[in-house]
Amino acid sequence: MSEFTLTLIKLAFLAVLWLFVIAAVGVIRADLFGSKAAAKAAGRAAQPRASRPAKQPKQPRAPRAGGGGGGGGGPSKLVVVQGERAGTVIDLTGVPITIGRAGDATLVVTDDYASSRHARIYAQDGQWIVEDLGSTNGTYLGRTKVTRPMPIPPGVPVRIGKTVIELRK
Amino acid sequence: MVTSLGEQIRAHLPYQRRNAATAALLIFAMVLTLSAFAEVGLARDGKIPSGLFLYGGGLVVLAIIAFLVQSKFAPYADPLLLPLAVALNGLGLAMIYRLDLDTSKDRITAAQAGKKFLKDAADAPGQLMWTFVGIALFVAAVAIMRDTDKSDAKLSFTPKTAQRYTYLIGLSAIILLLLPVVPGIGSEINGARVWIHIGPFSVQPGEFAKLLLVVFFAGYLVNKRQAMSLIGKKVGPISLPRARDLGPILVIWFLCLGVLFMQKDLGTALLYFGLFVSMIYIATQRVSWVMIGVGLLAVGVFIATMLPFMGHVNQRIDIWRDPGPYFDGGCLVNEKVVPVNPNTDIYKQTKEALETRAAQYEAQGQAAKAKSTRLIEPGYYACTNQLKGDYSDSAQLMKGLFALGQGGVLGTGLGQGQPWRTPLSFSDFIFDSMGEELGLTGLMVILLVYALIVQRGMKTAVAARDPFLKLFAGGVSFVLALQVFVIVGGVTRMIPLTGLTTPFLSQGGSSLMANWILIAILVRMSHDARKPAPQAIQDEGMTQIVSTR
Repeated sequence: MSEFTLTLIKLAFLAVLWLFVIAAVGVIRADLFGSKAAAKAAGRAAQPRASRPAKQPKQPRAPRAGGGGGGGGGPSKLVVVQGERAGTVIDLTGVPITIGRAGDATLVVTDDYASSRHARIYAQDGQWIVEDLGSTNGTYLGRTKVTRPMPIPPGVPVRIGKTVIELRK
Repeated sequence: MVTSLGEQIRAHLPYQRRNAATAALLIFAMVLTLSAFAEVGLARDGKIPSGLFLYGGGLVVLAIIAFLVQSKFAPYADPLLLPLAVALNGLGLAMIYRLDLDTSKDRITAAQAGKKFLKDAADAPGQLMWTFVGIALFVAAVAIMRDTDKSDAKLSFTPKTAQRYTYLIGLSAIILLLLPVVPGIGSEINGARVWIHIGPFSVQPGEFAKLLLVVFFAGYLVNKRQAMSLIGKKVGPISLPRARDLGPILVIWFLCLGVLFMQKDLGTALLYFGLFVSMIYIATQRVSWVMIGVGLLAVGVFIATMLPFMGHVNQRIDIWRDPGPYFDGGCLVNEKVVPVNPNTDIYKQTKEALETRAAQYEAQGQAAKAKSTRLIEPGYYACTNQLKGDYSDSAQLMKGLFALGQGGVLGTGLGQGQPWRTPLSFSDFIFDSMGEELGLTGLMVILLVYALIVQRGMKTAVAARDPFLKLFAGGVSFVLALQVFVIVGGVTRMIPLTGLTTPFLSQGGSSLMANWILIAILVRMSHDARKPAPQAIQDEGMTQIVSTR
């Protein structure tokens, strides 16, 4: 085997080694930011999740494909779709919205399963974030329990006790 | 505003099953191993070597079994751990196969010439067998261990079960550590007592002790971390802990010094103490503990170098500072190095004297005595008997450094260098062997793969919900990182050399078994941490029905 071929083989092997590391880092990246396949799977998962509450008067809009990759801007109103205050609409102006049984909350819910200061929804970097304020029974984004501030994807219901709210355009 | 929205949402989605990614990376790791074998064969004989089918094929089959078991029993496990470990194991196997080809040729020529042949040699079939045992242990551990939320089931064993036996495990770790010192079962190889003999096998119990120590430290610190992190007197910028909290760290410190004195193994002592300090830091998040730990370690090493009977450790440090005078044999007499290499007069005289004595024994008909006399290294004999000093040889370290230099940036290519010239090129010095044939470019990949394993382990620790498991995963990843640092730092002369194994690369059963168990524990814990939390299957009510899948 000629010197030249061996050098080529050597360089090819080193390239394979580096490609392996790059592929491994790519997997980590997908873990952090989601791969295309993961995004599709999430989209599929979000659909039944959003239409789950049976007594809901109106079917929520299906989540936009691609998670809002362009025009239209963000949600403009907060709608209570289920619970004692169903039908209530609050305009989103950028001011944080607190939800709870306490009288000073933006959205007062009369619900045995809600805490006085239950959750907060606020805008950050152009998104609406839901944060649980240490409630007894927890806040759910879709079917996920909110353990840290999480952005609310459009069309995904937020459940606080018996109340379900949703962000709409 | 919306541009990054999609990305952000996905960032907070629960973890997905990543079995496809694992499979893809695993195939990549196999391609890596097989092409390493192919390169060895093409460079040496111009054809695909026969070893490719046995060793490469064997590893491929083992990796597929490991993958199937992992995707069945731990489907949410971290996608990177298994492929990275397989890649390292495969690269190590290829290098050992490559060294075996050369040393076995040497053995054959030596046998034909009627000379004694190398006792320590690369052993590719043995390494494949230990890889099999290691992956079998991985498979068994992943299949047997249950998730922590199932721990109430009968006869279930989870990583958290170990917490119940914290002190028992701590005790067994110490017993394992001290076993090599026990006369009869322990033995001294290359100046360090880290081996025991069970039947035909020699085992390095320290490899297993490190895992048990992680469990012990985690179990201990979980109970004490609050007291250790909150209570204390503030003196200047650091807050001093109470004496009763400081007690255990002092005990561990004495224990590590004991290991250092009795086993003459600086690296192991550094490994255990570093592990303890790092785990205290993870548990308490207080820098003052790290400062106390580093200070104690510095004092310990200083004391060790002062003591007269610590010649071995002293010399390691001496060699690290200047290996030149020790090349092929040097003798430390009254703080000065007297060379006793084969070019010196004293070596030649001693060799002659020893030869005469052997001849005398032979004349008297004592063949065994004659044989053992011939095996004495003249430099060593001259140093210990005539000069009354401490003998040491830096040839191994220097040859390893020459190998690295020979490799340069791109390396000589697998099968085209001469890494077997370094003694123990297949175990302690396999990193230098890799450096010679893969160059700096390849070494960077190996270090990155280690870094990725450690990063995934730390990620598992961050994701774990239970404080004991957090400490367990953090400690296990840190011990791997520290071990790589100590041995790679040693063979590249960044720190004094000590004999530790290079995880997954070095030839040796104990190391492979312990490290595969380590990966199994991380895989189980990462599955536990990444799987979706139990979800409410009804929407309302005080009592929620929860499916635990």
